[in-house]
Amino acid sequence: MEILQHPLFLPVVLTLAIVGIFPLVSGYIVLVERKVLADIQVRLGPMRVGPQGLLQPLADALKLLIKEDLIPAAADKTIFWIAPCISTFTALTAFSVLPFSPILRVVDVNVGLLIVSAMSAVGILGIILGGWSSNSHYPLLGALRGAAQLVSYEVALALALLSGVMMAGTLSMVGIVKAQLERGVWFAFDNFGLMLVPFMVYLISAIAETNRAPFDLPEAESELVAGFHTEYSGFRFALYFLAEYTNIFVVASVAVTLFWGGWLRPFPNVAWLDWPLSAGVPFLVLAGSGFASIFLLKRQPSAAQRYILLVVILGLIFLGSLFLIPVVTRAASAPFWFFFKVGVFIYGMIWFRGTFPRFRYDQLMSIGWKYMIPIGMGAILVNAVVGMLKGH
Amino acid sequence: MLDTIFFYLFALLTLLGAVLTITRRSAVHSAISLIVSLVGVAGLFLLQRAEFLFAVQIVLYIGGIMLLFLFVIMLVNLDRAERERQFSKAWWLALACVVGVGAEIAYFLTKGPAAFQFPPGAASPGVASAAAGGNVERLADALFSEYLLPFEMASLLLLVAVVGSVILAKKRI
Repeated sequence: MEILQHPLFLPVVLTLAIVGIFPLVSGYIVLVERKVLADIQVRLGPMRVGPQGLLQPLADALKLLIKEDLIPAAADKTIFWIAPCISTFTALTAFSVLPFSPILRVVDVNVGLLIVSAMSAVGILGIILGGWSSNSHYPLLGALRGAAQLVSYEVALALALLSGVMMAGTLSMVGIVKAQLERGVWFAFDNFGLMLVPFMVYLISAIAETNRAPFDLPEAESELVAGFHTEYSGFRFALYFLAEYTNIFVVASVAVTLFWGGWLRPFPNVAWLDWPLSAGVPFLVLAGSGFASIFLLKRQPSAAQRYILLVVILGLIFLGSLFLIPVVTRAASAPFWFFFKVGVFIYGMIWFRGTFPRFRYDQLMSIGWKYMIPIGMGAILVNAVVGMLKGH
Repeated sequence: MLDTIFFYLFALLTLLGAVLTITRRSAVHSAISLIVSLVGVAGLFLLQRAEFLFAVQIVLYIGGIMLLFLFVIMLVNLDRAERERQFSKAWWLALACVVGVGAEIAYFLTKGPAAFQFPPGAASPGVASAAAGGNVERLADALFSEYLLPFEMASLLLLVAVVGSVILAKKRI
């Protein structure tokens, strides 16, 4: 039991868990993305591997691992090798400062938010070096586009973050959530709703930062084949893919921590809502999705798939019922709300991808420099004045 | 103990990166070596408990300046530059600089801590920052009270640079 008391025990275990589990999670984010996009486009999406395509990520991962690993003959081999590592390393490092709950975190440093933005800044190197070292036209164009886009939107992103930091008065991720608990309101709705402006700036810049549609010019399929990772295959490509989805998770987590109250449930200061929101909603979400999947059992083509789906349904119902036990509720409702909000944010990003057409390059630049940055600066000014008048 | 190991690690990173920056032929390799060197400096900042400088070093130098360096290097054709003689003829100037800095370092090494003069009230940095609640807050206090005028002057300088670069780049505004 002594080892459990060691101050490094939880951080080390959590780090191993994140590095071990996140590739799987990102695989399932991909599956959710494909399914939601398919639904928006009135298709079925992946259906073959496992019940309703539920095991597709595992098959994809296996395929990527055993695929032939090609390196172009004219490539700069060392940089070609190291570029995807930079992307993955920085993306996973940003996880270390995210607080999933008051105790469930790797580390709480007093420059937490700066670490996240530093890591996303270094992550750009992975893109630009990967594109350059391939020694090929499409990757180089994709890398140049990516670098220009990321540098432009980084400024707007930082300005949006600054508004939130100003409200919190600290850069520590845990401190930011605690400040929201003290004020009893998520920062997105603070200052008479004026904080919604920096939140929208953050949302738009974050989508641009993660190279997602409608800002996916660095990897626009119809123009650049696959952008900066055109020449990558097999495991290296998987690393880029992992980095991309990790970044999506990280920007969603930062948005949740800074604007949506982190691990706090909605209305954190209303006492009588405690049980319905800490235990009721998790139960409804998890067990409800389990119950709702029961009618899918009849549609499965084979007995094996029916069996797997049954296990998944029972698992969901079991997880949901766990939340009705008071001990579990106290411990697990904070991470539940954190991941639930991150899920909502990621769903929104997928939704945007399914509904907005891609911007032209000049539109992208004018949105970044002529709209996002001035609006972000104005939001800082207005929120500073209003926040001071409110007497914080 | 751990601090010492990390100090030598980061110092090695800094020096190795610096040496590679001037010896590599490919401009992109040089830029990457410079990035490695800057990462080493960032690590040294962190060892001195200057967390804010650490983060800003990475965000600004690596994420901003070096990225634009790489951007420009990739846009221009450097084949000709790669074939040229690498070391400039002003080596005697460089040698003089090296001798000067070497003499300075040797002086400090022989004299030890007595070579530095601290103001009488200065406590050890770790204690002070813990008392005042962190590096970022202390830096902000210093910048916006004691050094407000130089700080604003610097921002004015940056504004002039931005306006100037726009005018240079765009003939008709």
